[in-house]
Amino acid sequence: MSYVRDVGALARKDLLLELRARDTLPAMLLFVAAVFVVFHFALPGTPSRLETSGLLWVAILFTALLGLGRAFVPEREQGTLDGLVLAPCDRSAIWLAKSLATLAFLVAAEVVALPLYALFFHRVGGATVAAVALADIGICAVGTFLGAMAVATRARDLLLPLLFLPLAVPIVVGAVGASVVVSPGRYLGFLALYDLLFAVVCWASFEYVVAE
Amino acid sequence: MLVARRLGKRYGEKRVLRGIDLELPRGGFLVVTGPNGSGKTTLLRICAGLAQPTGGTIERSAVRAQVGYLGHEPLVYRELTALENLELYGRLYRVVERRERIGMLLERFGLWDARHERVASYSRGMTQRLALCRVLLHEPELFVLDEPYSALDEAGAELLDAQLAELRAERTFLLATHEPVRVEPFASGRLALAA
Amino acid sequence: MGRTFRIPLPALAVSSLVLVTTALAFVFFVAPDDANQGFSQRIFYFHVSIAITAYACFAGGAWNAFRHLWKRDPRADLASYVCVHQGLIFGTLVLLTGSIWAKISWGHWWLWSEDQLVLFLVLFLFYCAYFMLRFSLDPGPQRANLSAVYALFGVVLIPVSFAAIRLAKGLIHPVLFTRHGPNFGGWILVTYCVAQTAMLVLAYTLYRLELGGKRLDLRLRDLREVLA
Repeated sequence: MSYVRDVGALARKDLLLELRARDTLPAMLLFVAAVFVVFHFALPGTPSRLETSGLLWVAILFTALLGLGRAFVPEREQGTLDGLVLAPCDRSAIWLAKSLATLAFLVAAEVVALPLYALFFHRVGGATVAAVALADIGICAVGTFLGAMAVATRARDLLLPLLFLPLAVPIVVGAVGASVVVSPGRYLGFLALYDLLFAVVCWASFEYVVAE
Repeated sequence: MLVARRLGKRYGEKRVLRGIDLELPRGGFLVVTGPNGSGKTTLLRICAGLAQPTGGTIERSAVRAQVGYLGHEPLVYRELTALENLELYGRLYRVVERRERIGMLLERFGLWDARHERVASYSRGMTQRLALCRVLLHEPELFVLDEPYSALDEAGAELLDAQLAELRAERTFLLATHEPVRVEPFASGRLALAA
Repeated sequence: MGRTFRIPLPALAVSSLVLVTTALAFVFFVAPDDANQGFSQRIFYFHVSIAITAYACFAGGAWNAFRHLWKRDPRADLASYVCVHQGLIFGTLVLLTGSIWAKISWGHWWLWSEDQLVLFLVLFLFYCAYFMLRFSLDPGPQRANLSAVYALFGVVLIPVSFAAIRLAKGLIHPVLFTRHGPNFGGWILVTYCVAQTAMLVLAYTLYRLELGGKRLDLRLRDLREVLA
């Protein structure tokens, strides 16, 4: 129970920081809208549903990357990660709280992005929404983990997309599959499996990322 | 409380610490001195549990929750207020009667009136006072303090003196400083690191 | 680890030389021509055995990474890095031979429908990122930890990506679980086994060689420090 309280306290801190600084979420919203406009001109004519659903996922992935790149910036700039690591809570709580906060930003961005997509391109079905929900969990779990790794390096923000995209390939496969086929069960199941598998790996190994 | 034998630390090619032996009994007050770059900070980070030595052994009889570490960085969020920072740490350390303790510390270090201001608007000295509040918050058994007097004005330094005097008898201290005269009255031992 | 018996490096080098020569001889002179693709199909023996070897290297890298995290043994970190390095070399060879095979069989240098090839492209990107990560950190426990954790992600990624690539094919046309290549049997099997053994022994030799060199560097550094 105290684990949940720790996660709560840490996630509250992250949301509060975003509320103060107000830089991540507006940036994500603007970015995703701009990407749609760019895609409209990059795919001239009337692109098919198959093409635009691929586009949607590229947009979501890169918008998420924008938020993930910011996730550990407060800890990096003020060296506060040391403070959190020294605290007696389980270190995986740091990862979980940060993932939840990033998830909140991503979902907030998508609440705007999906209607926008429907307006600009094609209708969004229930399967797509389910796929978005499941993919978001995987993206935030793995992405936050890798974000913590990236801030420890000299290359910092440069490294996150390189670390993240190969791991995101299965997410894209599952998500695009779920949004285009008639019976998306298999793809949604695959996404859920991905989430579960990687969440467990991240949860178990985050300790080694932040502590020597 | 703390026993280290032949402690060594190396960052890649660079050796920062070499063959350090130290023994800090419960209730002791060890002052670490040495010129810049002699590895004071590295030694303290190892003792606080933030870094692992690359050679030798270290035994610490205090668990993570019983250590209070003050580093070069204040380890507080600049975009949060003093109160919010201490609330966060108070929750993570499961401080009992959190509000009262936070209020008492802020009062004592003269930050009560500025408690709702963001740390970004604080001066360096005020930030250091807040960092001290953070360290004292969970009443640690073992204090690991890296240059605690830095950035403090005379009034702040006297407040710290008073804290040290009050806690000296029942707590254990490991303190790094380049002006050991100030803490001379408290010290039970001295460790001089060579450059 | 130091006390267990290890085959001396010169013996390994000689045996890998002999094995690779034998494998070449088998592939070119013993294995029969493929009924459909003729002589050029022989690259299959190398492609498959190199792919298996690359997997073995990645698995070895992950195993050593796990050992590092478990035992905090800096030697395991080095071993893990060398394994992944060898894996990446063999992985690149898989992409090259696979590309040649694709050209021979289907007339294209690249084929998205070829599972192995796509999987190795993903893995290639993943392990290149591993090197970027490693070279962006200073040597020390943190670099060892982060590399180890990322290498462990690799072994989770391999089956997940494989499943994903199979799923992705279903989007375009139904997945048919057929096997390309000839039926195994007779000289084909023998040739394949020889080639596979040769590649594994070659990889192990290279691994030992690189690891030995790296360890020597470290000991030299320690020695210099003692003298200084």
